[in-house]
Amino acid sequence: MSAPVDETQKYRDHEGPYFGNFGGRWMPESLVAALDEVEKTFREAKQDPEFLAEFHRLGRDYTGRPSLLTEVSRFAAEAGRARIFLKREDLNHTGSHKINNVLGQALIAKRMGKTRLIAETGAGQHGVATATAAALMGMDCVVYMGSEDTRRQALNVARMRLLGAEVVPVDHGAKTLKDAINEALRDWVASVEHTHYLLGTVAGPHPFPEMVRWFHQVIGDEAREQILSMEGRLPDAVAACVGGGSNAMGLFHGFLDDPEVALYGFEAGGDGVETGRHASAITLGRSGVLHGARSYLMQDEDGQTVDSHSISAGLDYPSVGPEHAYLAEIGRASYEPVTDAECMASFESLCRTEGIIPAIESAHALAGAARLSRKWGAEGEGKIIIINLSGRGDKDVETAAEWFRMLPGQVNDPVAETETAEKTGDASPSPAPETGVQS
Amino acid sequence: MSTEATPAEPSTPPTPTQAPDTRSKTADAIEAARAQGRAAFIGYLPAGYPDKESSIAAAIELARNGADVIEIGVPYSDPVMDGPVIQQATTEVLARGFRLPEVFEIVAAVVQATDAAVLVMTYYNLIDRMGADEFARRLAEAGGAGAITPDLIPDEGSEWIQATQRHGLDRVFLTAPTSSPERVAQIVTASRGFVYGVSVMGVTGARDQVSDAAERVVTAARSAGAERVCVGLGVSTRAHVEEIGRYADGVIVGTALVAALRDGGPAAVGALTAELTGAAETAR
Repeated sequence: MSAPVDETQKYRDHEGPYFGNFGGRWMPESLVAALDEVEKTFREAKQDPEFLAEFHRLGRDYTGRPSLLTEVSRFAAEAGRARIFLKREDLNHTGSHKINNVLGQALIAKRMGKTRLIAETGAGQHGVATATAAALMGMDCVVYMGSEDTRRQALNVARMRLLGAEVVPVDHGAKTLKDAINEALRDWVASVEHTHYLLGTVAGPHPFPEMVRWFHQVIGDEAREQILSMEGRLPDAVAACVGGGSNAMGLFHGFLDDPEVALYGFEAGGDGVETGRHASAITLGRSGVLHGARSYLMQDEDGQTVDSHSISAGLDYPSVGPEHAYLAEIGRASYEPVTDAECMASFESLCRTEGIIPAIESAHALAGAARLSRKWGAEGEGKIIIINLSGRGDKDVETAAEWFRMLPGQVNDPVAETETAEKTGDASPSPAPETGVQS
Repeated sequence: MSTEATPAEPSTPPTPTQAPDTRSKTADAIEAARAQGRAAFIGYLPAGYPDKESSIAAAIELARNGADVIEIGVPYSDPVMDGPVIQQATTEVLARGFRLPEVFEIVAAVVQATDAAVLVMTYYNLIDRMGADEFARRLAEAGGAGAITPDLIPDEGSEWIQATQRHGLDRVFLTAPTSSPERVAQIVTASRGFVYGVSVMGVTGARDQVSDAAERVVTAARSAGAERVCVGLGVSTRAHVEEIGRYADGVIVGTALVAALRDGGPAAVGALTAELTGAAETAR
């Protein structure tokens, strides 16, 4: 089912359960009462000045909001002619945008009298944020994480455990984010009486896509105000990476009703969409039902979910939030894939030009924005792009070091040495130098 | 939609546009058991496990040993309502290259060899991808009685309700211990064949005791007008079957049968079914 969209209504005001043909609640009946309770509590909380005050206080005094808006001229110069600003969600407590939603939902959970939080995590950013909120509010916490991801993100596993959370590696399916969500849902069906499932992105059944977006809207609202105050005008484009899509939705919402601002979401293109090894659900454009929502979904001819692939554990998800599917369908936002190689070239570029190590997720947005700036060419002179730097790259240092062959045993690798020589003067060769932004 | 905070109203399920053109096969099977003074026995097995031939043979063993209704589970990549035993089995089936049309072949073979009503149990995206009407058409063509859809609530079920209506199939929705009276009424109205009462909050899997929630779920569904309520999740012994059979119209067993199939093949399924249905005692 889908609800007709009121053309006169502002995009910002869209509420669930449906976003055009997408969204809904494709869930076992056992969870419907819990979803109703979450929705009711959320709607009441949004109207409650005390709740709002507490949410904003935590944002200011605990997270560190507002986050900065930083112009990155040296990075921009490598990319093209446009001016580029980063919305610095990487400077938040716990190192990513995830904390906004987690603090909001933890307050909702407390309001419902729940004593236990469960969460799924891919790269660990959401797991770390949830473990943090649980510690802050004195709640029990269990985080499900694909066993492949516990390997890729061992540092974040240790962080969650230090914060008092139990991390449960999930050993079936592709052993990544999708499977961690399945396991969290199984837990929730059996524990819903005292447990809140703190879903980490704008996906899942209603009211999660709407509620998670609402807790992240602060990103776009701040960015809009900051760019107006710094430059006296709106940006020409905003860009963000899209896995489930929470950081992108948070940024987009600040500009949804400004038709002159182009919205760009960059999906994980993995080895390239044509290889089948990617996580670009919107680019593939096939509607289906997974984890409680109708949205774009990577699936085979029978409707079985296809395993996604990305160098970024945080984007390694075969579907996407339903509101993104809607924005793509109506053409309000554009979505493009960015390959692992393109992403890592921009990752490297930001490190070298600005002294900022980004999360690999966010590096997809950097690469996409750089592509946009190059495409604009001379016409891009003076144009402004705001990129959401959704997280910092501490957790990704090992992955990046491996990619750039900087690990012990790799530095003397003859292949690496050959590539180093070919790149003349560049000490950190990429395995796919032909896609580098420098070229 | 508006900017006002308005909780989502549970939408009314679409009213079928015409009366079903065939009798409910599942209802007939349950009523036949009732005429014999007992609750119906409903057994679940995954399609194609451990291979196509064995899964057909196991389903036939189920029917021979007293099952009135057979559920053929369709292997799915993301089975959120299934516990470890069933998940392991279906994962194995998918890993060996299972394709969806196999389900219709298995249903047809079981229907030909037994008198039991044969339902499929499937997560909704598999129906959605094929198209609700095409899925229903092929299931009806195979002689299937209908489908149980564990992740489909009536709120989202309009296409499926219409498709099953057109093809004379049963559609079994689940009701849970946490379902509100309004939702139970909606579920009862939308269902055809029977209503699936979830006995516990949790996923499939054998449990030591039957939760006291089971009887409450049945009572709530009956109060909402359900003619047939069958209870599943956590049922694994003859004692459970007898206990639930006192207040429900049917008893659903899955995990215990799948474990028997895994450990002892179709013959073990037959032996366990005979034990669970009480057929073994009669034979003695």
